[in-house]
Amino acid sequence: MSLTNALLLSCLLCYATKLVGFLVPDRHLEHPLVGAASATMTAGLLAALVATNTFVAEGHLTVDARVVSLAVASLALWLRAPFIVVVILGAAAAAATRALGWG
Amino acid sequence: MPALTMTPATRMGLSISAAVGLYGISFGALAVGAGLAVWQAQALSLLMFTGGSQFGFIGVVGAAGSPLTALSTALLLGTRNALYGIQMNALLRPRGLTRLLAAHLTIDESTATAVAQPDRDEQVRGFWTAGIGVFVLWNSFTLCGALLGNSLGDPSRYGLDGAAVAGFLGLLWPRLRRRDGRAIAALCAVVTLLVTPVLAAGLPIIVAAVVAFGVAVLQQRRGTRRDEDDDLSDLPHHPPEHVQHPHREDS
Repeated sequence: MSLTNALLLSCLLCYATKLVGFLVPDRHLEHPLVGAASATMTAGLLAALVATNTFVAEGHLTVDARVVSLAVASLALWLRAPFIVVVILGAAAAAATRALGWG
Repeated sequence: MPALTMTPATRMGLSISAAVGLYGISFGALAVGAGLAVWQAQALSLLMFTGGSQFGFIGVVGAAGSPLTALSTALLLGTRNALYGIQMNALLRPRGLTRLLAAHLTIDESTATAVAQPDRDEQVRGFWTAGIGVFVLWNSFTLCGALLGNSLGDPSRYGLDGAAVAGFLGLLWPRLRRRDGRAIAALCAVVTLLVTPVLAAGLPIIVAAVVAFGVAVLQQRRGTRRDEDDDLSDLPHHPPEHVQHPHREDS
């Protein structure tokens, strides 16, 4: 298989993967377990994204400047800072930590 | 589509887009560095549009792996999008062509922004703002990276990876107010990190989703059983066959 063919086929298959969930018929989405699961899966999914974005680099567990972002963002959220401010502080914390020579 | 008004969901979507979309410059530069043509790098961002799979694909190509290995890596890393698709389908219920477009924009960021919102209108706004926002920025910066290389420097120097951490934490935060939300979040975060060293990238999130789903099943079963205990205490001579239907739906 040529690189271009593999590339285009990969794109097609990745799209098909995304589409599968959208083809689930409505009646299956009405099941009470879907409602119960969406609540727990929301918390679980977001927590997993926070964990991987903070502690994973190239498939390995690491502790670097992003931990400081996590701490600063937690403090900002606890102080009820607006979302955009939290995001900017997260960036500034990592950038400052790296400028100081760590992570 | 109830968009174009600034609401908490659109602001969150735009912030997440900026934090993540600028990473396209890394992808573009790495893709060309791995030996892809500029148009091939751009095609991946336009057509594949799922960062993990894109990085996986060019990683294999750069390491001189076969195109088939690159394909299967991309596919494996994109598996979680099927799960996101079910969730977004249940939340947004798109119809017709909108469904095809929504599927293409179904990624970590659009899903996370949507599920974090309190009501359906905000979920819809969050999904489309983050989806379109990331798409536009990710593709523009892929082109910049592919043409300019890494001359602008690693985005992590500007703390963009820290911005993504803060963004996802901001989306999670309201869920941590309740004790069961905190418990599920802690459980899933720990499980995700525990399986990270042994599973391919992209799969730990699926494990977390399965754990969260399991918690929902247990919660519902316990709720149902408690109802039945109540029934039995109210009606001590209730026919026993009632007990044999633990999966009966709650009213």
